[in-house]
Amino acid sequence: MTRTTVKIPTPLRAFADGKAEVPVEGETIDEVVRGLTTQYPKLRKHLLTPGGELRNFVTVYLNEEDVRHLKRGATPTREGDVVAIVPAIAGGSSGGLSEAPLSRDQLVRYSRHLLLPEVGVAGQKKLLRSKVLVVGAGGLGSPTSLYLAAAGVGEIGLVDFDAVDVSNLQRQVLYTTQDVGRPKLEVAKGRLEGLNPGLKVNLHATPLRSSNAMEILRPYDVVVDGTDNFPTRYLVNDACVLLGKPNVYGSIYRFEGQASVFDARRGPCYRCLYPEPPPADLVPSCAEAGVFGILPGIVGIMQATETVKLLLDLGEPLIGRLLLFDALAMNFRELKLRKNPDCVLCSPQATQKGLIDYEQFCGVPAAGAQRGPSGIPEITPEELRDELASADPPMLVDVRDPPEWDIAHLPTATLIPRAELPNRVSELTRARHVVVYCRSGQRSSQASRLLLDLGFQNVRNLKGGLLAWADHIDPSMPKY
Amino acid sequence: MRAVELSDSQVQAIRAHARETYPDECCGFLVVRADQPETAPRRVVTVERAQNEFDGERRRRFVIRPEELLGVEGRLAGQGLAVGGFYHSHPDHPAVPSEFDRDHAWPWYSYLVLGITETTEGPLEAFELDPDSGTFVRTSLVPPETMDWSRGKRTPKSLLGEEEMR
Repeated sequence: MTRTTVKIPTPLRAFADGKAEVPVEGETIDEVVRGLTTQYPKLRKHLLTPGGELRNFVTVYLNEEDVRHLKRGATPTREGDVVAIVPAIAGGSSGGLSEAPLSRDQLVRYSRHLLLPEVGVAGQKKLLRSKVLVVGAGGLGSPTSLYLAAAGVGEIGLVDFDAVDVSNLQRQVLYTTQDVGRPKLEVAKGRLEGLNPGLKVNLHATPLRSSNAMEILRPYDVVVDGTDNFPTRYLVNDACVLLGKPNVYGSIYRFEGQASVFDARRGPCYRCLYPEPPPADLVPSCAEAGVFGILPGIVGIMQATETVKLLLDLGEPLIGRLLLFDALAMNFRELKLRKNPDCVLCSPQATQKGLIDYEQFCGVPAAGAQRGPSGIPEITPEELRDELASADPPMLVDVRDPPEWDIAHLPTATLIPRAELPNRVSELTRARHVVVYCRSGQRSSQASRLLLDLGFQNVRNLKGGLLAWADHIDPSMPKY
Repeated sequence: MRAVELSDSQVQAIRAHARETYPDECCGFLVVRADQPETAPRRVVTVERAQNEFDGERRRRFVIRPEELLGVEGRLAGQGLAVGGFYHSHPDHPAVPSEFDRDHAWPWYSYLVLGITETTEGPLEAFELDPDSGTFVRTSLVPPETMDWSRGKRTPKSLLGEEEMR
């Protein structure tokens, strides 16, 4: 290990047993900072966000060079390097810049807010300076974004990549019949700006993924989860925890809705409530199960309410509480939520330090995954090659007959001829994900169907079978 | 939380700096002895001007670059001195720490704030961050001649003469 000397600034020495310099081992700046905060946990909240990133007014120097001019956290260290932590000192007379007085139009537009002492001019200015990201411009995102725009939130980001479908109109009140077929974001922008011309709308017309989530979420003060699927919901939660942002959660199912505010700095996160996603087939989507059209209106408006409360620091946020709404009984129930002391993400002994593969975590095929003609999820030879080389390779099942196996097979595969499969499925129960193959993909497709029908969730068929593998990956493999 | 000892001339120096930079914010260092006990009131040896490097609206913001702080600390260390806090002005705003001040505050340091307008100057106020609650706590500002260092407690100036006579 590379040993460095870390210089602790005077204001933080009390949290490092009074020391001015501490030896810390680490190959990169990130590792050194992590090592330092492990040695002195009290330093953590002064140096890092809850997600483990350096706070933005903490400057780190490596041998007198600002690491932001090097490779930031990834900057490699060498034996004997001196790492200095230096506070950037900043302040100012007001919470935000451009403290211009409200314009005449704004005074009139927001007059009903200004009359509330809890909001007033200062609160309204705060809203005008705020940035909120709404993930999903559907049933929940429609009412949320409309009310946030009306309330005078200065900047609203929308993440969605769908087009308006006529079946959306039963509940997605951002859109009208004449919008059918147009991209949702384009329509939403026009609608929200029409409602409030002072509003800045940022469009993120892309699926939220592990690769872009941090970048998209980072500029916003509050994130509203209006997603309709588990992979994205876990992704939004995890990114919010890592970035230290509140996540205003809402979900709907038929006639029932839920809402909460997850803010790992002050309470539990979504994973404290649901450490593991439910089995993929147990949770039908709106498209499969139906939804009472008004329900997302109620839940989305609760999300908008919580968002504005958070921005204004008003009242009691829905942190540590899960609100359950039943439209048929027309009642609300409240459950207390506690922070899970063993949460993999937001507890002090968190093991997950970054974003993961959420499709795999939730046991559903990736959004871009191909499906064969029979609806069986497929994997291409190239994808299989990469997954076999990854840290979490799939279990490979060869469903051909033994003579064929003898001609050629993939090295890590298990031979379970198709006829024997129904009696040997117990051999697959411990696999997290399974890829089935045969010669051309035909028999393995039937075998995949059998496994899916038996309840295995993450089963994919090698597209084109060993013939395709020979064509694309391993030309030395005999084709028969 | 530690009281801050500041002489009249140091207060005047801060006021003069704030007046010069008005309507922009001024900022500077509170220089203290490096070996001063943590329990005693914080005695300011000198105040030193810093450059407000904020890239934008300096009427509402100040930033001291970490390079400048490092440089000043390095120079002071050779003289047995250290930076014990900072002062800054709030042009046309009261001497109350803003949310932005609080978000960017560090524990241990003393923060002095002066409210100033085109024609008037408010009182200078002292604050320190409570690291547990993350809020600013007002601390007292006292002139140094009222401190009796030999006894480690405050003694009115008038009594010092009597002490000496004994």
